[in-house]
Amino acid sequence: MRFYTQEGIVYAVNDVSYTLKEGETLGIVGESGSGKSVHALAMMGLIPQPPGKVESGEVIFEGRDLLKLSNEQMRLVRGKEIAMIFQDPMTSLNPVLTIGTQLTESLKLHLGMNQSQANKRATELLDLVGIPDAGKRLKDYPHQFSGGMRQRVMIAIGLSCNPKLLIADEPTTALDVTIQAQILELVKQLKREFNMAMIWITHDLGVVAELADTIQVMYAGRVVERGPTKVVFQDPRNAYTLGLMRSLPDHTGKQRNRLTQIEGAPPDMRIPPKGDAFAVRNRYATERCFEEQPPLLPVRDGHPDHYAAAWYDLRAELAKERAAAEAEGVK
Amino acid sequence: MEKKPSAARNNDVILSVRNLKKHFPINAGFIIQRQVGAVRAVDGVSFDVIRGETLGLVGESGCGKSTTGRTILQLYKPTAGEVIFEGQDISHLSPAAMRQMRKQMQIIFQDPFASLNPRMTVGSIISEPLQIHGLYPDKKERQGYIEELMRKVGLNPYFINRYPHEFSGGQRQRIGIARALALKPKFIVCDEPISALDVSIQAQVVNLLEDLQSELGLTYLFIAHDLSMVRHICDRVAVMYLGKIVELGPTDEVYDNPLHPYTQALLSAVPVPDPASEEKRRRIIISGDLPSPANPPRGCNFSTRCPVAFDLCRQEPDPELIEVTPGHFAACHRVTPV
Repeated sequence: MRFYTQEGIVYAVNDVSYTLKEGETLGIVGESGSGKSVHALAMMGLIPQPPGKVESGEVIFEGRDLLKLSNEQMRLVRGKEIAMIFQDPMTSLNPVLTIGTQLTESLKLHLGMNQSQANKRATELLDLVGIPDAGKRLKDYPHQFSGGMRQRVMIAIGLSCNPKLLIADEPTTALDVTIQAQILELVKQLKREFNMAMIWITHDLGVVAELADTIQVMYAGRVVERGPTKVVFQDPRNAYTLGLMRSLPDHTGKQRNRLTQIEGAPPDMRIPPKGDAFAVRNRYATERCFEEQPPLLPVRDGHPDHYAAAWYDLRAELAKERAAAEAEGVK
Repeated sequence: MEKKPSAARNNDVILSVRNLKKHFPINAGFIIQRQVGAVRAVDGVSFDVIRGETLGLVGESGCGKSTTGRTILQLYKPTAGEVIFEGQDISHLSPAAMRQMRKQMQIIFQDPFASLNPRMTVGSIISEPLQIHGLYPDKKERQGYIEELMRKVGLNPYFINRYPHEFSGGQRQRIGIARALALKPKFIVCDEPISALDVSIQAQVVNLLEDLQSELGLTYLFIAHDLSMVRHICDRVAVMYLGKIVELGPTDEVYDNPLHPYTQALLSAVPVPDPASEEKRRRIIISGDLPSPANPPRGCNFSTRCPVAFDLCRQEPDPELIEVTPGHFAACHRVTPV
């Protein structure tokens, strides 16, 4: 995925590949500019072209390549088979249409319901996401809802046609923790009920720990690590993943050491660096990291589903560090 | 870095806030405007800040935490109450006297994109407070001081003539910090200084703030909604709900033993970046949204969402903040002093 801008070509997403099983939740983490949102938009054909362009790749959903579908065919997939929830509930609802109109639109289009059937279903959906007085609120406009309620409306729209896959792009980032907690509980419950697959894009490792079966870490448009959530949290094999985890304060509050910071800033993707993009910020980097892009490979002596892109052996480096620290302690 | 236990124990109060209120009027009428109500953004807040400590102010958006910070600095005129800084009530100072006072109290804003003038260079942004107060009149000396400030916050002085858009979010926040430090203040309000930054950059800025505090002996009022970062950086923490403080105490005490049901719910809502402990965690879900501060509920402010509210909470006026154990305050009918 590239963007052709006046200031040059932005290499936004590079060689991202993964598979998702039915009912699986994939949590994608990364910083702004890591390509986590762009790759999801590209999959759904939602990147304006130009300036964007999918240079190569395929997105196979139930045996069909979504990138080869015509606009009309794609429209039948979007909202029905695959639904998307966006980050900003303030701007992704149309302010001049009532909530009811926006909710019933896809019901009528995809499921062929008439107005009264659609209204009935819309009321059920609002009820499901915990909006009180759902029947009456269908006639309200987005500005009459609070941020948390608007996000719940977005989720109701996303779920309206029972999609097989739900892509959520930072759906709780703009919300307060108490509202986020409500939404996460709701999503977990809905996932169990409908056996829906989910891609949850976020920068909050806490949310991933809570929700995702599989975690995928992205940096500079590439996947740098992927594996079962528990495995990756316990045994990260990429230095960026480790850096992200270490830069968070200890959640038990027992240790109040200085935070381990990742030095420097993410690279400018108009001039992608040679080799591993994280190498300049990585103290475990080897010479090879500056020369050659590491491929995403199964990790050595680890979980079979655990993949990482690294030339260095992070586990060995950490063991060395621990040994050195112990030797220091003995002295 | 070890916490500074001395800060919590000594009673060297640098800032005292007494019953501070800030109400924003709601006007109606087409030609003749009249006030029909008020948004009670801050509605009777009292606390002390001790020299050298970091006091955290947390709560959901709309609870009045930023307004409190700004009203303390007199960026908003308080509706009522006193702000006593170093023994002097600053809420009634003349603009000229207040300007002098501002040398000692500064603010770092949340949004590093909106709080820097895009048409000024980094050097002129940092030197503006110096010019206003007529400090470092000698051009060369001023230049030297600005370069020293830039080095102190981790910016290369080579970039002194660049514009804000040439910097990343974390670097811009460093420019904002350098500007706040220029006048050598004693007290800094940090208004969500890391919320707009990426996770890997947040740690850099937090470490910088901590280093500067121990180097320069600064006192911080740290406004944030990221509760895990607040636990890391703050000595004491105050929890706000709907314009009032509902709980105040030493950070560990509040996190390990929260007394107010709102604090309990707020803390339980934070997702923990550890899948193993995440599974065991029990969460208190509070239903509904924050009531409007223009029309606060009858009785206790939290009674509409409180999982343990009883009749008294809905009838009696809002409970007072009482000291439950030494230094640990809570405002709840269910909580009584030990």
